[in-house]
Amino acid sequence: MVHINGKDEAAAGMTVQEYLGKNEYPLEWIVVECNEEIVPKADYATRQLQDGDIVEIVSFVGGG
Amino acid sequence: MNNDTFKIGGKEFTSRFILGSGKYSMELIKAAVENAGAQIITLAVRRTNTKKNESILDYIPKGVTLLPNTSGARDAKEAVRIARMARELGCGDFVKVEIMKDSKYLLPDNVETVKATEMLAKEGFVVLPYMYPDLYTARDLVNAGAAAVMPLASPIGSNKGLATREFIQILIDEIDLPIIVDAGIGRPSQACEAMEMGAAAVMANTAIATAGDIPAMAAAFKSAIEAGRSAHLAGLGRVLERGAAASDPLTGFLRD
Repeated sequence: MVHINGKDEAAAGMTVQEYLGKNEYPLEWIVVECNEEIVPKADYATRQLQDGDIVEIVSFVGGG
Repeated sequence: MNNDTFKIGGKEFTSRFILGSGKYSMELIKAAVENAGAQIITLAVRRTNTKKNESILDYIPKGVTLLPNTSGARDAKEAVRIARMARELGCGDFVKVEIMKDSKYLLPDNVETVKATEMLAKEGFVVLPYMYPDLYTARDLVNAGAAAVMPLASPIGSNKGLATREFIQILIDEIDLPIIVDAGIGRPSQACEAMEMGAAAVMANTAIATAGDIPAMAAAFKSAIEAGRSAHLAGLGRVLERGAAASDPLTGFLRD
């Protein structure tokens, strides 16, 4: 399982690009972090999610 | 032409009102920014929803400097991660370090804040740390490479005003960086007072977000901050310890 934004998902083996596409994430507004390191956009197509990875997908919201 | 500017991270600002974007609708942000005359607006970074079809960035007028915060961070390491993600989102190098361990009072952790400021300044960020107003911490923040210091006026979101007035004054007098009063400012009169004291700028969010008319309150804060700044530059009149001093001539009375 891959731990993505706090939930366990059966995404091991998928590339970051495949996962984001399948779930319709808006690519232009997000940043992906895997195991506390940012995944550069250029690596989305090749970076494969591994069992046990901890992934955060974030964007800007209103805040003080 | 406004020659009274202040600089942070090599950028020059004429507006001394930093506006928050939390707790109100994105549709009102543009009007609030315009009425505030704000040149800096804060944002937060959060886990995103899938199929999200709009970004808050679409509602922020071009040319406004984005100041993402690290809210949600409980220590320096998490703050650094959030700051890096914010920079990756393509908003520039500014970051407001905000680290809290306590969810009841939301007070900043000064020790972790100094650590995060040092780490982020080394990575080239323009760091504006939110802090509890303490002189020693402020000096540590200067040494850590902070670009400004953001002491709290009272607990976040409380609208209680300048509860820490005396301690903020010490920072204004002793720290050679812009002091931006952040958190707890609830009324234009309180923002005005902070500026009269010599603060470089005031940051407000909840005061605007919880107002009856958000754009109108943004305008009211703008006026108050400008008035307070003008008063500071003019030099406030003295206060008598006791007694009174007539404003009118003390000669030429009718009975003389």
